[in-house]
Amino acid sequence: MGQTALVSASQPTVAHEALVADLAAALAPDRVRTGAVELDLYGRDASVLRGSAAVACFPLDTDEVAAAVRIARRHGRPFVARGSGTGLAGGAVPVGDPVVIVTTKMDRILEVDVDERVAWVQPGVVNLDLTRALARHGLHFAPDPSSQQACTIGGNVANNSGGPHCLAYGVTSAHVLAVEVVLPDGEVTVLGGLDPEPPGLDLRGAFVGSEGTLGIATRIAVRLTPDPPAVATLLLDFPTVEAAAETVSGIIADGLLPAALEMMDQPITRAAEEFAHAGYPTDAAAVLLVELDGLPAGLADAVERVGRIGRSHGARTVRVAADDAERALLWKGRKAAFGAVARVAPNYYLHDTVVPRTRLVEVLREVYAIAERHGLAVMNVFHAGDGNLHPLLLFDARTPGVMDRVHAAGEEIVRVSIAAGGVLSGEHGIGLEKRDLMPLLFSPVDLDAQARLREAFDPDGVANPTKVLPAGSRCGDLQSVPEGVWV
Amino acid sequence: MTDPVAAFAAEVGPPEAGAVVAVGGRTEWDVGGPLDPDVEVREVRAPAGIVAVEAADMTVRVRAGTTVDELAAALAEVGQAVALPSRPGATVGGVLAVGRSDVRRLGWGPVRDAVLQVRYVSADGTVVAAGGPTVKNVSGFDLCRLMVGSLGTLGLLAEVVLRTRPAPAASRWVAGEVDPAALLRRLHRPSAVLWDGTTTWALLEGHPADVEDQARLAGLPDAPGPPPLPPHRWSVRPAEVYRLAAAGGLGAFVAEVGVGVVHASVPPPPRAVDPAVVRLHERTKALFDPTNRLAPGRSPLAGTRLAAAEGGG
Repeated sequence: MGQTALVSASQPTVAHEALVADLAAALAPDRVRTGAVELDLYGRDASVLRGSAAVACFPLDTDEVAAAVRIARRHGRPFVARGSGTGLAGGAVPVGDPVVIVTTKMDRILEVDVDERVAWVQPGVVNLDLTRALARHGLHFAPDPSSQQACTIGGNVANNSGGPHCLAYGVTSAHVLAVEVVLPDGEVTVLGGLDPEPPGLDLRGAFVGSEGTLGIATRIAVRLTPDPPAVATLLLDFPTVEAAAETVSGIIADGLLPAALEMMDQPITRAAEEFAHAGYPTDAAAVLLVELDGLPAGLADAVERVGRIGRSHGARTVRVAADDAERALLWKGRKAAFGAVARVAPNYYLHDTVVPRTRLVEVLREVYAIAERHGLAVMNVFHAGDGNLHPLLLFDARTPGVMDRVHAAGEEIVRVSIAAGGVLSGEHGIGLEKRDLMPLLFSPVDLDAQARLREAFDPDGVANPTKVLPAGSRCGDLQSVPEGVWV
Repeated sequence: MTDPVAAFAAEVGPPEAGAVVAVGGRTEWDVGGPLDPDVEVREVRAPAGIVAVEAADMTVRVRAGTTVDELAAALAEVGQAVALPSRPGATVGGVLAVGRSDVRRLGWGPVRDAVLQVRYVSADGTVVAAGGPTVKNVSGFDLCRLMVGSLGTLGLLAEVVLRTRPAPAASRWVAGEVDPAALLRRLHRPSAVLWDGTTTWALLEGHPADVEDQARLAGLPDAPGPPPLPPHRWSVRPAEVYRLAAAGGLGAFVAEVGVGVVHASVPPPPRAVDPAVVRLHERTKALFDPTNRLAPGRSPLAGTRLAAAEGGG
């Protein structure tokens, strides 16, 4: 379905068999896979891109990851780490027949320190499983991507993942204290620390969000957030998309910092309502889901202010969830939104850009116009409080030529976002999808600086090669040009 | 009209223009060790001025030479604040280059999380931008985090975009002789809890009625402010504070409870750093500053020692 083949599958050769045998000896034969079906599965992520893996292996601990990296190096192969493969930008799609190192069997919560509010976890721990395991301590892991039932903490670290509640609590980087990593040369070290000011540069901060290009996280120390003492969830519905977007700007401008501030337009609200029966008003042009938390007096004040700001922009109703059951129901609709789209169209392409929150109204208007120009239906469900847009372009992949229109519309959405002072991605990352759009945001000098950081960690370019930075980013350095290439 | 950042880059000049060091308010000048006495190092100052207070977007674009106090005053006019430490004369670029938070870190977070975008002058003398002006951004490598705490050894900060926060409606210090760990557990997100071995201080911020409630819950009377802080700075696991205090090796101290920064009259012992981390530092420095012209002699690893090869982190 419109997938883009990047490279051809590897051939079974003597060299390939030696690589597989070494991995099997270092790990275990049943955790090294070369079957066609498995290689196909690990040749893709949740994007429309596909690559090809030479072999997929499933380490259980740090030593096995380090062994797999060293074996890949010895055999002259790059390596690509992946968790659950929920990424939407092709960051985990293997390019160049690498050894794919799958971390999903490294799924243990190693240590929880309730007093210091920190947990050491393996990278394959599923985001929601961690938060569930912490519930009895009154703690949680704050980043909550929409894929949190499936995505792993290691993947969250690679992508510096967000989620609705990152508005008040910050993205993954703010919740990772230390990372044990296998560096691209196979060495193991710890970046960051459990103390507040580890010595040296913030290499932890540089590693988070590097999409697997600086090494592989094998143990992660995450900061745990206390559950709020009180929570209020509100649903506001509006006669126009503009009124909802203006309310978002109004809430931020009023000095309120909601825990979450999500917006859904009419098409997605209808789809979600049919699916989840959350009681969403299907005749509204847009709804806002607002979550506020904190101590009682500040919370009551914030609820009152949000309601007032909404009404001043034309909100028809302001519904405050009466209890936890109603709160859960309102969130169920939002969290089911992507699943609900499947009932409307066979395929969708989910975009991810960020704009200043004061520019939401005009950029949304542009998004609708772009979709219309390309003859595509569009739905919007997004983290409005962050200015993080997620337009879904709907299509049927069987329609001839439709992918060209989807890609063209997507690129236009990126361009209008950046023209409005925005950025390429808020939480999905660059991967392959937006790699060649990086020059829209960064000058050659900017890209060169990023390439230097990558080179400091991975001078040979073997960790998840070809991702994030477009070819030629390391300008003026002839040494980085592969042998045999004319310059 | 020349862009002050471009003018700053011209002043720094190309590698042939020799070694440079960025000077702010010199409030933390000793961090990272002395400059190489055998090299002539030219002092340069980042441009000053607030470019734009985007109050409705809760961000601010400010040049690195601006003092933190001037920035704080401009933000206070729109009811906002930023999580940078305030010291007389300290500049935005200076406190970011050093990367140390003030005693409100418990509630306001580390300074590194306040930075959304940086524009810095590289060792080549060119202006490099990293990050982006929006509150959320995962476009490319996170050089913003790398620059915070890099002591001007990788690039010279020229202009930044910072995330602002609503200024708390009420702000109140309380103090008394109570168990700091128990107090931390009892309060909801205090902005600071400090302890000198006898007295515990807490900074309560938020809605006036909530602050009142929290003060009552703490059972402590008002205090004029935090205590004076001894000169040396330790960084330990938060739970380690109590063991260190009991062992008596800190001298007079004020600990940031729940954070792990300890201000003590006794200097901290050298920290052990893994050889692999040292190598990453050396390679990063060599790639960002190949001629070692940025603050030569100064190092983010000053005051550390090489860890034994075995034993792990």
